This record gives sequence, structure tokens and C-alpha cells, in this order.
Amino acid sequence: MSTLHMVNKSPFETGTLSSCLKHCKAGDAVLLIEDGVYGAIDGSSISDQVKATVGDVALYVLDGDVSARGIDAGKMVSGTKSVGYDGFVDLVAEHDRTMSWL
Amino acid sequence: MADTKKFLYVNRKAPYGTIYALESLEVVLIGAAFEQDVSLAFLDDGVFQLTKGQKTDGIGMKNFSATFRALGDYDVNKFYVEKESLEERGLTEADLQEITYEDENDDWAEKPSIRFVTRAEMADIMSEQDVVLSF
Amino acid sequence: MPYDVNGTAVEHDEEGYITNLSEWTKDLAGVIAKAENIDMNEEHWEVVNFLRDYYDEYQIAPAVRVLIKAVSKSMGPEKGNNKYMYELFPYGPAKQACKIAGLPKPTGCV
Repeated sequence: MSTLHMVNKSPFETGTLSSCLKHCKAGDAVLLIEDGVYGAIDGSSISDQVKATVGDVALYVLDGDVSARGIDAGKMVSGTKSVGYDGFVDLVAEHDRTMSWL
Repeated sequence: MADTKKFLYVNRKAPYGTIYALESLEVVLIGAAFEQDVSLAFLDDGVFQLTKGQKTDGIGMKNFSATFRALGDYDVNKFYVEKESLEERGLTEADLQEITYEDENDDWAEKPSIRFVTRAEMADIMSEQDVVLSF
Repeated sequence: MPYDVNGTAVEHDEEGYITNLSEWTKDLAGVIAKAENIDMNEEHWEVVNFLRDYYDEYQIAPAVRVLIKAVSKSMGPEKGNNKYMYELFPYGPAKQACKIAGLPKPTGCV
């Protein structure tokens, strides 16, 4: 039984991503969309917390939102996987539930 | 001009998740017609507005990061970017696009519009303004 | 009523600016110009092409004074001045030329 967590807010603007990460269980996935994708940038004030969670928890970003914001693949936390809208749908289908952290 | 005032537009939001950044830019463009002493401040998530390599085809929105490069034509050429905000977000000065203006008092020499400042310097800049508009 | 370009309808707003910028063609420019009572010559095209390049690079239609300054720089002061521009586009270079160039109304232009 796993959960897909979705975060659409910048981690520097709200505590949403931080709270989400603290509530993830092994086998869950976190999908960052819209301003949430800034949470995947390595070397930031939140990246240590992100890296500590990634592994047991898969980290995904929506590619259109990443490109729009000019985030280079090389700047993201290693292990981050990029998905398009089709991959987004697959993730929703693969998990037992989807939780949106608004 | 005796009645010129110092205007500061404070940008604290990322570019596409909300409409604030685009609205700020529109107000800057409209306000430029009044020929005031305009400065732009980028701090907190506002620094993300200036990153280079933005491509918005995938989200169906206009890539307005290109428009910042036109502001020199509008005599808007003071972009203050807060260093601490960059660092907290894993960014460096090299992650931002180059923005220049032509200095008419210096034989139209091309000069950088972006100036990197510390948080303390940003506080000083804010305190020197006549009008502050926040987005 | 939409613009009619050789039988193809192109939608515009109540002021005549086209709704979908990607539908612009040279033929459409001619149709819009006609609706504006402008007979397109090489000098009109020079300004229209300049505006399209400017939009392509900066994603905005420039304000009139910015347009004139930029034209003056790239085409010379004999073209980059109010008189020349208003002779080509009597109802305003930003308004009419942008419309013909298929760009949105310049920001701040009321």
C-alpha cells in the first residue's frame, strides 16, 4: 500500500514540502509540480532533508514545470526522476492513493 | 526633474506558480512611462524569476523572463538581487541570465543591470525609497 | 467579423488585434492594413518586421517611445522620430503597426 504525495508550492515559501517529507513512508513517491519543483534543486537549504528521504521514497518532478523554470537536470538532487503528463498519470495509477499537499 | 521619486518594486514570488511576478513586470512597464527613478528588488523566491534557460512551451504560459532584458530600453536598469536568497535556493550568480542596458551618459556603453547585494544592503536600499510596491 | 485571408477566417478582438498570435501571415498583415486604411509599402514593412523581431526577442510589444528610440538606433534618426512614424501610421505606430504585425496591444497603451 503506497501513497503518491504531490507538492505544488515552493519549499522556500511554505513548509509544505518539509511536512510532506516527514510524513512519507518507505515505498511512497513524492511528485513535485508547479513551484514545487524548486524543491529538487541540490545545494539548497532544504536539499539535505530531501536527500535524507529519497531512496526509500522515490522523487519525481514534472518535466514541463522544470523546463519552464530553467532548472538544469544537473542541478537537481541525484536520483530525481523526470516525468511528463503521461508519467504523471501512471504514477497516480500505480499508487493506492494520491495526496495533494496544498 | 524636481518631482522624480524613487520607486522600488519588490519581487518575492517565483515566476509561474502564481500571477504576482508577471503582474509586477506589467506594472513596471506601465510605470516606466512616468519617468521615475525605478529600481527592482529580487529576494526570497523572487530570485527564481531571473534564472536563465526558462522554456515554457510545456506549461502553456508566456516565457516573460525574456522581457526583463528589454527593461533597459525603458530606462529600468537597477536590478538588485539578494545573495542570501540565491544561496538558500542552491543558486549562484551564474544561474541567472545576463541583463544589460546602454548608458546614455557614457557613450551608450553596455553595462550590467543586475547588482548582487547582501540582505543588509537590501534593507538599506528599501529604506532609501519614496515608494515601495510589493509583489 | 473575422479577418478574411483568402477564404480563411482569423479571429480578432473588438479593437482588431488578432486573438491567436501564431495565425499571423504576411497576407493577414495586408488584410489588417487594409482595414486600417494603410497601403503597405516597404517602409511600413520595415517597421512591422522590426516589431515582430522585437516581440520574438523580448515577448512584448514596445511602448511608442521605446520603439522610436530602438528604430532610431537600428535604422537611423531620420526614421526613428515621431513625424516619420506617424506619417506611416497616422493612428499611432504602436497601435496600428502592432496590430498589423499581429502582436498584442502594447502594455500601458490605453
